[in-house]
Amino acid sequence: MSIAIVQYNAGNVQSVLYALERIGATATVTDDPGLLRSADKVIFPGVGEASSAMRYLREKGLDKVIVDLKQPVLGICLGMQLMCASSEENNTECLGIFNEKVRQFRPGTGKEKVPQIGWNNISQLKSPLFNNISNDSYCYFVHGYYAALGEHTIAVTDYVEEYSSALQSGNFYGVQFHPEKSAATGEQILRNFLAL
Amino acid sequence: MLTKRIIPCLDIKDGRTVKGTNFVELRDAGDPVDLGRHYAEQGADELVFLDITATVEKRRTLSELVNRISQQINIPFTVGGGISSVDDVRVLLQNGADKISVNTAAFKRPELISELEKEFGSQCVVLAIDTRLEDDGQWYVYLNGGRTKTDMKCIDWAREAVSRGAGEILLTSMNHDGTKQGFALDITSELANSLQVPVIASGGGGTISHFVDVFETAHADAALAASIFHFKEISIPDLKSELYQKGIQVRRAEL
Repeated sequence: MSIAIVQYNAGNVQSVLYALERIGATATVTDDPGLLRSADKVIFPGVGEASSAMRYLREKGLDKVIVDLKQPVLGICLGMQLMCASSEENNTECLGIFNEKVRQFRPGTGKEKVPQIGWNNISQLKSPLFNNISNDSYCYFVHGYYAALGEHTIAVTDYVEEYSSALQSGNFYGVQFHPEKSAATGEQILRNFLAL
Repeated sequence: MLTKRIIPCLDIKDGRTVKGTNFVELRDAGDPVDLGRHYAEQGADELVFLDITATVEKRRTLSELVNRISQQINIPFTVGGGISSVDDVRVLLQNGADKISVNTAAFKRPELISELEKEFGSQCVVLAIDTRLEDDGQWYVYLNGGRTKTDMKCIDWAREAVSRGAGEILLTSMNHDGTKQGFALDITSELANSLQVPVIASGGGGTISHFVDVFETAHADAALAASIFHFKEISIPDLKSELYQKGIQVRRAEL
């Protein structure tokens, strides 16, 4: 199986590569449209800021390549947020694969800190991405913006309010948490993605 | 719910774990990767690797070590010890570190925090503060591994660091470190309640009830300890099980 990881200015790919290695898979990091289109699976990771990431994707033409992909695609963290309609992070128009919007955590009366850093539950799971994952399993999150609940929500997490910790639309999947850092739960989710 | 984190800390010198450990079941208790993986399997939420190597070879040995850790460990980890530039940090992050911690270099040149935040984002910038309660009743910042006193109050430095982009504070009380008499609840509480970023409490954890106190009374977001884990005085599964029974949110068994 060929796995391509999208190379761009907001990728932190080393951890993803090693996590795949730990479950016996190897991947190619590339921004070549041909390689991305021909891969069996595509992973779209991301750590960074939304507007500069989107600008870079548009300059390279990768925005159009990504939305036209036909094989299973997994966005991780910022990657998932960029697959949404828009982000409040510097008012960025995103790829629009998911029509959910990305908002900033605004703690009200609660004492929650922003960004959220640490392990939180994923609940109301509904996707083959979560085969063999129990409801309320813990995953590792680091983020200050979140995707609202919507028709594509396939996992819910509660921090300040309930939000989409995973989204799916057709062949496109996105997770807000870091499966590559989420111990055995994360490894199972990566295995499930590769098995799609 | 977001859980409280338990973080074992490993001191590294020349690529090996220092301070003794009591892990007969490990192939090589001196190998930080072996020990880190053991803690990850036990349910540690994160790991901190603190490099105390003082040689010119440090940078290369540390980046190689970080690469091995990243290959083999499936939970987040922080690397600290003598980090003083954007280039230092870039190498460590490229090799797979999730966060880095800065201490003395950031105090001497606070712009370092802003530079790191701008380049890599605040989520990977941990500010470590060594602090000591003095006779005047104030907590002061110490540098160089606790050898050099400053006139800066801990809370003031923490506030400045957060305003410059530090994403977490790792707070070590020198009065409590190594005593196993409990964490410094007052200064931990002051920081945890007034800062917008998570506070990791360090120094003094000796019993499970100390961890209960630092989470319930001082509202720490995470607690760090070294020797009690290395010498198996407290096991991470026992610790988490008791915290859970006390109603404190912790991550427990997988899947």
